[in-house]
Amino acid sequence: MQIEDLINHTSEWLKGTGPHSDVVISSRIRLARNLNKFPFPHWASKVQLNAILDKCSQAMGKVDLLKDATLFVLADLDSIDKQFLVERHLMSIEHTQKTEQKAVLVNNEENIAVMVNEEDHLRIQLMQSGFNLFEAWEIINTIDDALAKLLDYAYLDDFGYLTACPTNTGTGMRGSVMLHLPALVMSRQIERVLAAIAKLSFTTRGLYGEGTQASGNFFQISNQVSLGHSETEIIENINGLIRQIIEQESQAREIMLTKSREILEDRINRSLGILKSARIITSQETIELLSMVRLGSDLGMVKDIDRRTINELFIITQPAHLQKLEHNKLSSDQRDLKRAALIRKKLNLTNT
Amino acid sequence: MLCDICGKNPATVHLTEIIDEQMNELHLCEECARHKSAAMEQQFGLSELLAGMADFEKHSNKEEEPVTVKCPACGLTYADFKKVGRLGCGNCYEVFRKYLAPLLKRIHGSSQHIGKNPSSSKIAVKPSLKKKTGLAELKSQLQKAVANEAFEEAARLRDQIKEWEAREQKKDKE
Repeated sequence: MQIEDLINHTSEWLKGTGPHSDVVISSRIRLARNLNKFPFPHWASKVQLNAILDKCSQAMGKVDLLKDATLFVLADLDSIDKQFLVERHLMSIEHTQKTEQKAVLVNNEENIAVMVNEEDHLRIQLMQSGFNLFEAWEIINTIDDALAKLLDYAYLDDFGYLTACPTNTGTGMRGSVMLHLPALVMSRQIERVLAAIAKLSFTTRGLYGEGTQASGNFFQISNQVSLGHSETEIIENINGLIRQIIEQESQAREIMLTKSREILEDRINRSLGILKSARIITSQETIELLSMVRLGSDLGMVKDIDRRTINELFIITQPAHLQKLEHNKLSSDQRDLKRAALIRKKLNLTNT
Repeated sequence: MLCDICGKNPATVHLTEIIDEQMNELHLCEECARHKSAAMEQQFGLSELLAGMADFEKHSNKEEEPVTVKCPACGLTYADFKKVGRLGCGNCYEVFRKYLAPLLKRIHGSSQHIGKNPSSSKIAVKPSLKKKTGLAELKSQLQKAVANEAFEEAARLRDQIKEWEAREQKKDKE
């Protein structure tokens, strides 16, 4: 598989299906793992990093679930390709920096991605569409079991899996759920919800993980604590919290529908109108308007555009995706023109 | 209750700090809490925050400066860890165990792993691991009891854990 092959393909997690997919975009689990007797990436020499990359890629090649996957060596990619992989949520922004001896393994369905030599030797990630952490855990657990038979993991009975940063020690697990909460934002209840989440020692992040702002009503919620609870306990805790947030968002949507239906219809249709007719549009405005259209689709107000098309638009209107589609470097102004054209084409196609 | 900072709005965010067993409570309104957390985020990156926590452990332990302690496997000193907020290798956890255990406890509320382990992926659980799991289970129950503020239950569990650990130590010496 080449980077180019990914463009015309919709990631598994963007399908817009799965439990509670009106509020939950995707569920993600990642495991941090390190090899025994090798320094963590930030402290390792070039020779050691190469050896780590070799060992890991060999082991991954023998794992059934990773057989069809492709290893992208980051040093071979240009900056647009790297940004492209970030936009597809296949790797972190951190992974695009100092790329020597770094790699990312991606399977054909794009629901499995393994970063090699990021903050830890291995960052195994599994993404599912909708609210589906346990299913994600079952798959990632199988991959981890298979890798543990082939690799000597750094592990202690009392501290668990050893990681470069002590905030990941123990299970090395982070479960995240990407939520779309437009009604809680519009009804100004989101601050209260986010404050409650922080008090329960969960973290809220934006669309692209660590260090990114929440935009377009999207919030990624994940556990902070990785030690002292089992993997299933951690997932249960996240699930409990997410269920409550889904409930609150659904209630807020219900109230808006009964009390201010016209205002809501107006905002949603105006958003759709701008997207269908704009000639110049930034990615930030795109995300905000698409968020309203997605809400309209969830509420049955927008009938002729399916969720998958909307989900796809969130990704393909991002800067690196536009440039890959155009096979050309584009300035910010050029991108705003191309973006508007692409959105018009996609939305007016599904309309006729 | 009014906000401790502005004294005008009702306090809806409640923070509890525990430093040297001294409990300090802060009651803030949402706006002041937001300002406070924004100011804190500006001041501290994660590594500084961790380094600060590591520093705090040193003072509270009233022990000699651990900064010169060096991991023989990878050469990282405790001072390096304080600077970058990252350990050097798995062996660092053994070398800095004394300082890391309280740090992990502060970050996660526990320094005892409960969950899967690499050997469970390879072979059936060894008897020695099972024993550990029993102790780990007690510790997890203790945490739950504390979280639920079931203090009588917590006290009972704490005593059980102490007994268990004493037994283990005795066995180790024999």
